[in-house]
Amino acid sequence: MSETMRDRFTNVATDLLLADKKAVVVLAALGASSFTDAPSTVRSRIIDVGIREQAMIGVAGGLALEGFRPIVMSYTPFLVERPFEQIKLSLTHQGVHATLVSIGGSWDASTEGRTHQAPEDVAVMSTLPGWTIHVPGTSDEAEQALRLAHDSATSHYIRLSGDQNAASAHAQPGVITILRRGSDHGMTVLAVGPVADAVLEAVEGTDATVLYTNVPRPIDADGLRASVVGSEIVVVEPYLVGSSVPPVAAALSDRPMRIRAIGVTNPELAHYGTPRELRAAHGLDADGLRAALEHGIAQIAS
Amino acid sequence: MARTHSTATRTRNELDYGDLRVLMSVMTGDEKHSEAATSTLDVVWTLYDRVLRVDPDRLEDPDRDRFFLSKGHGPMAYYAVLAAKGFIDPAILAGFSTAESPLGHHPDRRRIPGVEISSGSLGQGLALGIGSALALGLSCSAGRVFVLMGDGELDEGSNHEAIAVAGRLGIGRLTAVVIDNQSSTLGWPGGIASRFAVEGWATRVVDGRNHDEIEHALTTTHIDGPLAVVAEVGRKR
Repeated sequence: MSETMRDRFTNVATDLLLADKKAVVVLAALGASSFTDAPSTVRSRIIDVGIREQAMIGVAGGLALEGFRPIVMSYTPFLVERPFEQIKLSLTHQGVHATLVSIGGSWDASTEGRTHQAPEDVAVMSTLPGWTIHVPGTSDEAEQALRLAHDSATSHYIRLSGDQNAASAHAQPGVITILRRGSDHGMTVLAVGPVADAVLEAVEGTDATVLYTNVPRPIDADGLRASVVGSEIVVVEPYLVGSSVPPVAAALSDRPMRIRAIGVTNPELAHYGTPRELRAAHGLDADGLRAALEHGIAQIAS
Repeated sequence: MARTHSTATRTRNELDYGDLRVLMSVMTGDEKHSEAATSTLDVVWTLYDRVLRVDPDRLEDPDRDRFFLSKGHGPMAYYAVLAAKGFIDPAILAGFSTAESPLGHHPDRRRIPGVEISSGSLGQGLALGIGSALALGLSCSAGRVFVLMGDGELDEGSNHEAIAVAGRLGIGRLTAVVIDNQSSTLGWPGGIASRFAVEGWATRVVDGRNHDEIEHALTTTHIDGPLAVVAEVGRKR
């Protein structure tokens, strides 16, 4: 197994702290131990507020008001959901920016259960204006996303995951690429982030075209319009089903296309085991995807 | 009393304390204001008149002091002081909360010169103040951060995260002023100051209408940790 996204995050964030005196990492206990080996010259810019996520985002907002560039990392529900109003008001409403990085996602914390899972994160973050949402499919893509976010003057949410595709996209973050060319009459499947390999396995033997993005919002509308084929597009998203449909629908609004989504339909699914087993229980492994693609009926969250 | 921290220059035709209630009347239409509407008036005035090193001509000065109005509701007193001190044109007060006005019932930093944070949802300002103070420390700025809160606002749990963080991290350039007008629903047995003191803050309790007391407390030396000043207003003494 290649380096985990979480380990790559620690290494790249440390790099950014060394290279940029305005870089600052803000944590709420979680992840602090992974920075214990950070060089002493950057220690003062690694701020751990303890298990206080509202303060974590608020402190990041204050740092950003003064021209610093905060990188904030925590478990998905504790980063996005618990301090959501602080993200809305202490960052976005102040007109300042940060890079928020989450781990855990929809099923990585399989044994921890529902409290540590937030398949709703992309939908929730999509309600705030101006945020770029990254769902990298490999550690290399995660590194690209983090460096791009840090160098930007806007707000970014980066959703790390335990799953990785075998190969990284040969493009800048967000540029839609073609993973598989089918026939002109087959369906188009848009795979978001780490589900790409399972999608490719699921469409074996079909005439489907498979597109890939690691930035579901804002979507690469030009790239999508240029590469979509047929009259049906299926969005496969490793989080709450339908979260990424609005930008896809908007990009294709002048075309007579049927749009479907396959994603997490039941966030309350009570199921432990390994992340792989939980993902399969959500129907998002290759077998589940194959069945859902053949089924041809749109899913909605239950 | 020496006014060593005042940046107020009298050359700008500044208005004085006696003018504030007239300025507020322009916004509210009332000749006489309730205790609640003016609860912050004396503290905000004393900050801008005697304590804060801020200047409307140097809004982006990295060494300026930062004033964060966390208790964003009832901002008329704040707007009146900003007008009196030359940050905003007193003429815009009359349009308060109208469609064309930058002045709403909660301040928006992107629309009002000199307003450091947008506020209104209680419990956001203190953590912002910690972040700002940490940044000023990292930048070796001379700036200090003053966050104004209310005793009712302290009901929000986010403040108690922030009180602990500021105390434990020993943020000496941070001062919180809590206007205590007894508006907390369930009250604070043992006193508001004790909530800060137990987390390592220096604390002072003053008469929130007495400018000399307010100034003296706000200029208390507190290098090793943050300072909390509880300003009591409307209390039956």
